[in-house]
Amino acid sequence: MAVAETPTGRAAAGLDSLELPVRVTKRPLGRRIAAAVLPKLAALAVVLMLWELVVLSHIKPDYIIPSPLDVLRGQQSRFGLNPGLIQEWQNGTILTAIWSSVSHAVIGYALAVAVGTPFGLALGRIPALRTAVGSLISALQTLPSVVWVPFAIVIFGLSSGMLYFVVIMGSFPSVVNGMKSAVDQVQPLLIRIGRSMGASGPKLWRHVIIPAAMPGYVAGLRQAWAFSWRSLMAAEIVATSVHAAGNGLGTIVEDGGDTNSMTLVITGILLILLVGLAADALVFNPLDRIVRQRRGLITEDA
Amino acid sequence: MSALTVLQTETGEAADGAAVVLDDVTKIFGSGNRTMVVLERLSLDVRQGELLCLLGASGCGKSTILNLMAGLETPTAGRVSVPAGRTTLMFQEAGLFPWLTAAENVGLPLRLQGQRRAQRDTEVRSLLGMVRLEPFAGHRPHQLSGGMRQRVALARALAQRGEVLLMDEPFAALDAITRDQLHVDLARVRAETGVTIVFVTHDVREAVRLGDRIALISSRPGRLLEEFVLDGDRSSPAAHEKAAATIVPQITDLIRQELRRHGSG
Repeated sequence: MAVAETPTGRAAAGLDSLELPVRVTKRPLGRRIAAAVLPKLAALAVVLMLWELVVLSHIKPDYIIPSPLDVLRGQQSRFGLNPGLIQEWQNGTILTAIWSSVSHAVIGYALAVAVGTPFGLALGRIPALRTAVGSLISALQTLPSVVWVPFAIVIFGLSSGMLYFVVIMGSFPSVVNGMKSAVDQVQPLLIRIGRSMGASGPKLWRHVIIPAAMPGYVAGLRQAWAFSWRSLMAAEIVATSVHAAGNGLGTIVEDGGDTNSMTLVITGILLILLVGLAADALVFNPLDRIVRQRRGLITEDA
Repeated sequence: MSALTVLQTETGEAADGAAVVLDDVTKIFGSGNRTMVVLERLSLDVRQGELLCLLGASGCGKSTILNLMAGLETPTAGRVSVPAGRTTLMFQEAGLFPWLTAAENVGLPLRLQGQRRAQRDTEVRSLLGMVRLEPFAGHRPHQLSGGMRQRVALARALAQRGEVLLMDEPFAALDAITRDQLHVDLARVRAETGVTIVFVTHDVREAVRLGDRIALISSRPGRLLEEFVLDGDRSSPAAHEKAAATIVPQITDLIRQELRRHGSG
């Protein structure tokens, strides 16, 4: 540009470059991974150590509190082998159960998101609707979703439909509330500016309100997933205990309880925890990072 | 010819080539016995292509005047018209969309106008060039300094293609060096686009530096106190310093008188 070549232009460009933040070079990849992973491994080691200490103290017999190693390899009891992680893996139960649970949770969650998102948007922008059902949605959020299980069994029987229903009832309020409060927190100035540049109706939603609400919405999605997963586990456990049906991770826990196999119970709990961790690590943490980093809500190398 | 001429307040009739006309405008907020007269019988016209500074202490209804011009509020009495066409507002806060890059922010009004991609890119580039931000087209707002953000906001306001740019203390939050630089940028933008500007400020020096004309507004209620036409040579810094030396104390004194009037109850 011609401006940049004049002395005043150069001074102005100098001011710009001085005002920009200094770029710090990133730490090498290996060190960043180590910094992220080592504390987690240390925490895991501490937990396993405490567990082992409790076992060694013999407060309870080892068929009631099995050691970490027993949970891994299975444990002999008077009635035969109580299966652990290795046995369940070898007979294929683990993969089947994970697939069954994850697919039920994902489908139910997707439906909740598909319905809850537009509903939350509407609730955020239409005062009459908010007055009508806003507090009901919040109340639903505090309702433990396990109370829906008998209701759903009566209506849907022991089908996937029953599981979907419980998952949706558990997570839908979080999606709606997440979107609603995200819309509430959109800066009025941004909406005013959007309007002044000619965005109204659907265009205002698409170009201003929805993108501005993204960080809050993503937080709602994450919470909704947690509720989906919990609701599904509750539904699987209850349904299995009544009708010996289902083949998800909740089923493994309930089977363990029924057969007095603590190794199986703990195996199930660990797997449920693992799926939760994996969802956070693989989906929600990256999503949250992308949304916040774009807006400068986290520093680039944090 | 003297650098500055002080005119008596003119009332009423719109001059030829008026871009914005306020005709005997009164604005009252509230109702019942809790009312406040914000503007009282204010007549003012903004000429095509000029930069008019609205200057006054707090509570003089400067922002209300802009809102009336922008059509965001209607006068309680009197008439507001904008013969020039559309207005565009710009605020003290840049109000950039944080999820868009500088170029996307500037391009959004064009996109909303339905402009095609290729044409839009060309126009965005030239608008960013006008505010010296071409190298930062891909930066997001949080990666830019306050002054740079305000320049993006200026380019975005220009992209709205309003005939009148209404600026509500746009540089008030910036440090002196940056503000100085933005004054230079604004002068260049005016020279290149010929856009009419109404510029609200409470900084006498800024008003004298930028304005073709200054309208000094009284506080509560807002009335036109005095009008100053700055028609001298202000192209060289030295000439401008000389002009400012006489006019700034004069205006400052009027503002003090106005404040004293409120201080004595």
